[in-house]
Amino acid sequence: MSDIPERLDTDPLVSIRGLRFSRGGRPIFDGVDLDIPRGKVTAIMGPSGTGKTTLLRLIGGQLEPEAGSVHVDGQEVARLSRGALYALRKRMGMLFQSGALLTDLTVFDNVAFPLREHTDLPEPMIRDLVLMKLQAVGLRGARELMPSELSGGMARRIALARAIALDPMMIMYDEPFTGQDPISMGALVELIRLLNDALGLTSIIVSHDVKETAAISDYIYVISQGKVVGQGTPEALGQTDSAWVRQFMQGLPDGPVPFHYPAPDYAEDLLNHDA
Amino acid sequence: MLEFIRQLGRGGISQFAKLGRANLFMLKVLAGFPGLLRRPGLLVAQLWSVGVLSLMIIVVSGLFVGMVLGLQGYNTLVDFGAEESLGVAVALSIVRELGPVVTALLFAGRAGSALAAEIGLMKATEQLSGMEMMAVDPIHRVIAPRFLAGFISMPLLAAIFSAVGIYGGYFVGVALLGVDDGAYWSQMQAKVDLFDDILNGVIKSLVFGWVVTWIAVFEGYDAIPTSEGVSRATTRTVVYAAFAVLGLDFVLTALMFGD
Ligand SMILES: Nc1ncnc2c1ncn2[C@@H]1O[C@H](COP(=O)(O)OP(=O)(O)OP(=O)(O)O)[C@@H](O)[C@H]1O
Ligand SMILES: [Mg+2]
Repeated sequence: MSDIPERLDTDPLVSIRGLRFSRGGRPIFDGVDLDIPRGKVTAIMGPSGTGKTTLLRLIGGQLEPEAGSVHVDGQEVARLSRGALYALRKRMGMLFQSGALLTDLTVFDNVAFPLREHTDLPEPMIRDLVLMKLQAVGLRGARELMPSELSGGMARRIALARAIALDPMMIMYDEPFTGQDPISMGALVELIRLLNDALGLTSIIVSHDVKETAAISDYIYVISQGKVVGQGTPEALGQTDSAWVRQFMQGLPDGPVPFHYPAPDYAEDLLNHDA
Repeated sequence: MLEFIRQLGRGGISQFAKLGRANLFMLKVLAGFPGLLRRPGLLVAQLWSVGVLSLMIIVVSGLFVGMVLGLQGYNTLVDFGAEESLGVAVALSIVRELGPVVTALLFAGRAGSALAAEIGLMKATEQLSGMEMMAVDPIHRVIAPRFLAGFISMPLLAAIFSAVGIYGGYFVGVALLGVDDGAYWSQMQAKVDLFDDILNGVIKSLVFGWVVTWIAVFEGYDAIPTSEGVSRATTRTVVYAAFAVLGLDFVLTALMFGD
C-alpha cells in the first residue's frame, strides 16, 4: 500500500508485529503487522471467519500469539503477570459479539457490575454513574429488565454501557452493527464516534458492515487469510487498486476473496463415498 | 486393531489431562476463598440456591427412607422378639450409611446438575469470557462461592436427612406398629456412639460434599461451549458423582468400620 509510511505513527496504543496464531493446525494469522493509533477509530474488517474476534482476544490477552508480539500501551500483553494483565484489562472495554451480559443480573446490575467489582464507590454514586451510561445508550428506561427480556440489539447497547462503565482508555467493538435496526444503527454509529471524541477514547471496530464502518472510522485494515491485505483511510480504500480489497469493500461475491472455507475439490468430494 | 489401541491410548491420555486440569482448577478455586471472606454476600446467595433449595427433596426423601427402614426393620426384628432395638437399627443405618450416601446422590442430581448446567451455559454464552475481559476472575467470582456453598450445604443436608429419617422410622415403628416409645429412643441413645457413628457419618458427608461439588463445577467449567457440550457435562456430573460417592463410600467404610 502506498500510504504505509504515513502509518508509522510514533506512539500507537496497540501495536502488533509479526503476529502468528493458528487454531486446530490451521493458521489464522500469519505475519500480521498493525498499529492502532491513540484517539482514533480504527476498523478491522474482513470476511467472516478470518479471525477478527480472535484478534481482539489476542489484544485482550485471552489468547497468546504463537509468534510475534502484541503491545498495548507499551506493554507486551503475553508477558504480563496476571495482576498486570488484569490492571490493563480494567482500562480496556470490550463489546462482545453476543453481548455477554450476565443473565442472572438486571440491566442495571450488569452495568454496575464492573463498578462494584473494581471500586468502592458508595451506592448512590454507582447509581448515578450507571444511569449516565444507560442514558448514553438510550436505555435508561430499561434498567429493571433482565437480559432475557431484551432484544439482541438492546443487549448490545447495554453491553456497550457496561464496557464504558469504568471509563476505559480503549474500547473494542466486536460486530457492533449486526442486529441493529436502521434507527438504532444510526444512533450507534454516532454514539461510537461521540464516545471516542468526547471521552478521548481509542476505538477498535471489528466488522464486516462496510458502509457503516467506513462512515465512522479514521483508518481501516482489511484482513484476509491471515494477512493484512489492505489498509488506509476509508477514502483511500475506496479507490484502491487491489482486487482483494475492492471486492470486499464493494461486496462483490466473486473475486480473489474466497466465499468457501478451505475444502477439497467439490466434485471429488461428492464422489468420494468412503470418507 | 491398531486404530483401536491408538484410540484407547488417546482416550487414556485425555482422561489424565482432564484429571490434571481438574486439580489445577481446584487449586485456583481454593485461592479464591480469601476473597469470599470480604464478600460474604456472594456465598450467602449460593447457599440459598445450592443448599436451601435442595431442602425439600432431602426432607421428603429422608422421611420416606426412614419410614421404609422402620417397616423393614420391624418385620425382621419382630421375629426375634427384638423390636425394641428398632431405634438402634434405624439410627445406625441412617447415620452411618444412608444419610451421607443418599443425600450425596440426591444432592448430585438436584444441585450438582444445576451447577454444571449453569456454569456451562455461562461459558457457552461468553459470560465467563466477558468477566475475564472486565478483569474479574470468573473462578473467584463465580466458581469459588458455588463450590464453598456446596461443600457447606452437603453435611448440613445430610444431618437434616438423618434427623428426619429417624423420625420417619419412629412414626412407622412407634406410632403405627406399636414399638415402645421409650425403648426406641433409649436404645438409640445407648448404642449410637458420637465418634464411631455420628462423626464418621459427618466425615463421609464432608468428603462427598467436596467431591460432588468439585465434579459439578469442574464439569461445567470444562464443558464444550455449545448446547450439546453443556448437556453432556450435566449428564457426566450426575454419573461421575454417583460413581465417586459409591466408590468412596466403600473405601471410607472400610477405613472407618473395617477392624
Ligand atoms: N475455539 C476454537 N477452536 C478452534 N477453532 C476456532 C475456535 N474459535 C474460532 N476458531 C476458528 O478460528 C477462525 C476465526 O474465528 P473468529 O471467531 O475469530 O472469526 P471472525 O473473523 O470473528 O468471524 P465472524 O465475522 O463470523 O465473527 C474461524 O475459522 C474458526 O473456525
Ligand atoms: Mg467474530
